[in-house]
Amino acid sequence: MADLSSNFLGIKSPNPFWLASAPPTDKEVNVMRALEAGWGGVVWKTVGEDPPVVNVHGPRYAALLGPDRRVIGFNNIELISDRPLKANLEEMARVKQRFPDRAIIASIMVPCTEQAWKNILPQVEDTGCDGIELNFGCPHGMSERGMGSAVGQVPEYIQMVTEWCKQYSRLPIIVKLTPNITDIRMPARAAKAGGADAVSLINTINSIMSVDLEKMAIYPNTDGAGSHGGYCGYAVKPIALNMVAEIARDPATAGLPISGIGGITTWRDAAEFLTLGAGTVQVCTAAMVYGFKIIEDLCDGLSSFMDSHGYQSIDQLVGKAVHTVKNWNQLNLNYIEKAVINQDLCIQCGRCHIVCEDTSHQAIFAMKNGERHFEINEAECVGCNLCVSVCPVPDCISMRALQAGEIDQRTGHPVSSDYANWTTHPNNPGASCS
Amino acid sequence: MLASLRNGICSARLDLTTYQQNFADTHPPLNSTQAKIEAERCYYCFAAPCQTACPTGIDIPSFIARIAQDNPRGAAAKILEENVLGGMCARVCPTEVLCEQACVRNTNEDKPVEIGLLQRFATDTFFSKPEPPLFKRAADTGKKIAVVGSGPAGLSCAHRLASFGHHVTLFEAKPKLGGLNEYGLAAYKTPNNFAQQEIEWLLSIGGITVQTNTRLGKDVFFADLLQSFDAVFLGLGLAGVNALGISEPDSLGLRNAVEFIADLRQAEDLSQLPVGRKVVVIGGGMTAIDAAVQSRKLGAEEVTIVYRRGQESMSASEYEQEWAKSNGVKIRHWAAPLELHTNDDGQLTGIRFAYTQLTEGRLTTLPESFQLEADMVLRAIGQTFDSNHGLEGLEMQGGKILTDANGKTSHAKVWAGGDCRYGGKDLTVEGVQHGKLAALDIDRVLRTA
Repeated sequence: MADLSSNFLGIKSPNPFWLASAPPTDKEVNVMRALEAGWGGVVWKTVGEDPPVVNVHGPRYAALLGPDRRVIGFNNIELISDRPLKANLEEMARVKQRFPDRAIIASIMVPCTEQAWKNILPQVEDTGCDGIELNFGCPHGMSERGMGSAVGQVPEYIQMVTEWCKQYSRLPIIVKLTPNITDIRMPARAAKAGGADAVSLINTINSIMSVDLEKMAIYPNTDGAGSHGGYCGYAVKPIALNMVAEIARDPATAGLPISGIGGITTWRDAAEFLTLGAGTVQVCTAAMVYGFKIIEDLCDGLSSFMDSHGYQSIDQLVGKAVHTVKNWNQLNLNYIEKAVINQDLCIQCGRCHIVCEDTSHQAIFAMKNGERHFEINEAECVGCNLCVSVCPVPDCISMRALQAGEIDQRTGHPVSSDYANWTTHPNNPGASCS
Repeated sequence: MLASLRNGICSARLDLTTYQQNFADTHPPLNSTQAKIEAERCYYCFAAPCQTACPTGIDIPSFIARIAQDNPRGAAAKILEENVLGGMCARVCPTEVLCEQACVRNTNEDKPVEIGLLQRFATDTFFSKPEPPLFKRAADTGKKIAVVGSGPAGLSCAHRLASFGHHVTLFEAKPKLGGLNEYGLAAYKTPNNFAQQEIEWLLSIGGITVQTNTRLGKDVFFADLLQSFDAVFLGLGLAGVNALGISEPDSLGLRNAVEFIADLRQAEDLSQLPVGRKVVVIGGGMTAIDAAVQSRKLGAEEVTIVYRRGQESMSASEYEQEWAKSNGVKIRHWAAPLELHTNDDGQLTGIRFAYTQLTEGRLTTLPESFQLEADMVLRAIGQTFDSNHGLEGLEMQGGKILTDANGKTSHAKVWAGGDCRYGGKDLTVEGVQHGKLAALDIDRVLRTA
């Protein structure tokens, strides 16, 4: 069985699955349950200065639901811990004593003054925790007070606070980044410049979940009014994967350890984050939807995958696919694929046909010999993958790469084996012509 | 002795609670949660096979999507615009051989989307609050059309014509409107007087004058209709019943299944309804199934359907056959009635059947026979067109009225639809489509005249 143990910045945990700083890690009782269930570590719910914040006493959460009421996206307006600092730190210390083999990370958010950080860091360190995560990501409530994403959106502040933390703490510093920016590379570079040992991302995305059309009010709301929340859950995974990969492949930050966060629901999601450069992953929404027991399935799935593919350790997966993420102008424009419909699997729903007909390239026939029958018209197919995306049957439609020399029925030209991208393409006015 | 074990034909075989249970809704409706869960299973297929399989061509993916999107009124509108009796059809359509058989979900799951139950959810939800009206009459055309027969075909035709602004007079031989919706169909498929509720809503469009207790050929005459109206639609159904072709004693126990069912539908107190202890139903269609199952539900101890051919030839769907069996009805194939036996009081005691087989494609009887005890025998071997309507000059085929695809007969002013029209499958939903197509054609002809 593959070794799932993780060593991230010298912080060891039996598996790379940490619970993210969020409601599931708010109290000792929750964290104990999580660690008993088998989670590799937890990032404790963010602590701040006393007196503690006050949460709304109405709804804090809302969900975007898919068919069968599956939670696809999730939104919250909860603030950082609303309990006294001392209570949190005492509990953190007890948990670390009880579970010395797990990663216990303290998440901190205090105002942007050197004194505030200088005060809190030693108190946190005294708990015996393994590392510090700086919450520069929370996009609601706290940001209005100049903390959370208000810091994470200004690279200079990130660097400044990170420098203070490195100065006043011996523990590894993980800077948690907000996705509510234009270019994730800038805050990541700032964190590195400030001496951060790692970055974690993504925090939640500014969001309004919905509008109650009967009450004509934002939903959820507190006494008739609502505020934007932070969006997370399965639906944000692609956004998070991109941001993780951007940092992993940016020469300025390449090699900076990353803790991947954002919609991780299954072992497969986790593995994908690892291959794009994450050293550990953090999970929240999936636990909030299904409970802590999912850790068994996450570990077992990842382990089975690694066994079947010959990976012995997590390290062997980390960053494995980063080199495949490129700028568009590096893609091979001579490479051609066509869709193929497996007639044995096709259930004749015709969705591929109508979406291709209405919205794409009119490349799927709906009839053969007067019978309902769906087949690719290679003379029109541009290989766009829309049919693959909408087909309700797994593996029914696949893409076939044309071999070099094979005639592309759409253009009538043979497929070239040469690699040629936009930078050399004749249609590019800026291309260098030989 | 237990009432259920009394020989002969008698009522009150069961206690009142059992009657109530037996004739409650067979397939309880989906609640809104169940409807939403089921609606979300629909793939929203292109040129959906279910829609193609629906004789009235309801846009099923759209109505299901509207249920999923919390718009049951919109769902009902989609259904009723193609099938104005979509509420009844949701209850009685053999969906297992129509829309649900065509559902692409069957390929991987063998469990189609429950289209019939979803249609019922949409229409029930609408009928519980049918305001504002879904349909409005167009401006008055001044044209007058006679619709004869108020079964599914006649009702559908009348409603569509009225919506176009024409004046419709709807003639019905029986005291109540509805045809088989009211007098046929198993009671447990359409409890709580649904047929009349639906008709009341249908008539609310206006422009339809109703004349019940008016039989064509007796109280009103074909020639007069042709004179007084711009067009005539005949939805006469099949009022005659085939005889067994053997000597039939004049016994209370020997009845037509359709009449047995009609009595049951009209009964106010089921415990007053007599049924035999041992019932034999002869036939292989839906009427046979409905009569047999309802005999059981009325308390008959043994009910046997006897059909002269094999299982695969029965016009009742496999699902219906299973339904009968699960209700304790025995089905015997390859046997034809030979002789009815009565006792000295003229009461039925049994029936003898000859075994049958196919010989060179023809059904033949064998010398071997068997006997079934029976105090009640129900004929369900098909209905025939009643020739007493006085339809002189109309071209007939196979004993039914010949029409083109739109339902137009050999007479320029006369259309026909439903079971009396040649070449149909005798389904409620098909009658609705016949009425609709004929109305469209009548409207086209009257406007171009």
